[in-house]
Amino acid sequence: MRTRMRTQPTITIDDLDRRIINRLQDGIQLVERPFKAVANELGCDENQLIARIERLCAAGVLTRFGPFFDAEAMGGAFCLCAMAVPADRFGAVADIVNAHPEVAHNYERDHALNMWFVLATETLADIDRTAKTIESETGLDVLQFPKLEEFFIGFKVAA
Amino acid sequence: MTILLPYERKLVEATQAGLPLDPQPYARVAEQTGLTEAGVIAGLGRLMERGIIRRIAAAPNHYALGMTANGMTVWDVNDDRISDLGQRIGALAFVSHCYRRPRALPLWPYNLFAMVHGANRDEVESKRREIAALLGDDCRGSDILYSKRILKKTGLRLSASGG
Repeated sequence: MRTRMRTQPTITIDDLDRRIINRLQDGIQLVERPFKAVANELGCDENQLIARIERLCAAGVLTRFGPFFDAEAMGGAFCLCAMAVPADRFGAVADIVNAHPEVAHNYERDHALNMWFVLATETLADIDRTAKTIESETGLDVLQFPKLEEFFIGFKVAA
Repeated sequence: MTILLPYERKLVEATQAGLPLDPQPYARVAEQTGLTEAGVIAGLGRLMERGIIRRIAAAPNHYALGMTANGMTVWDVNDDRISDLGQRIGALAFVSHCYRRPRALPLWPYNLFAMVHGANRDEVESKRREIAALLGDDCRGSDILYSKRILKKTGLRLSASGG
């Protein structure tokens, strides 16, 4: 288990860093020298670009650089689930839920449905089995919100 | 996790922590996997065609870049219009995830989920109003759920042993 919340970076980010961060969110090409192609676009040197990416990763401004995998396309099953957990049982229920390796992440949210977690399993049947197990362990309902349709994402973080 | 061929599995394992930061990154992956550089490029290309790899790119740290607020906005949208409207919401630059999901009545009337990011809650709320304006009369109700605490977070990791 790892948390990805990071503190503010201690490095300063200049204009080239910002252009690199913005450009690299769009992805690089599958060619022998992909960084050279991006460096040409940005008007910098290939080695300079690679050194900047290393520095931004080391400082935690970029969390990683590499392929973005769609785990679902690899054959796994995923489902967003939610529970309404009484306040006085919240910690104990969180421990029960988090103990399941199928629970990929879990957030406390400010709503009557106050616990939201994602189940990640090999098969669809395992989703239902895990949800039922959590229900019997906690005595609380587990609502399942599977994806019915995924919409194209245009999201970018402007640096 | 059964549909990856053995060489594809090697490619996923070799790159899931990140691509080597080297002038010829695919040549370095080739050395790790026993494939050729051309084989790595072709193999990653096939994984992209199948949608298993979405892109090879940088993942920025929202918090480090000042996007410290996020809210899960949820909407009760006319079922006949949700596919069209969902596409328009997902295309907004401040929405990082956008899905149609089932309602759970009576507790949960919402069928469209859109994760909204901003520098602070005021910005997130103003973006929420932007979505509301876009949905117009096709939306019967909405809510926003802010995260109070991360209780658990793990990344995708294939084990080297397979399975």
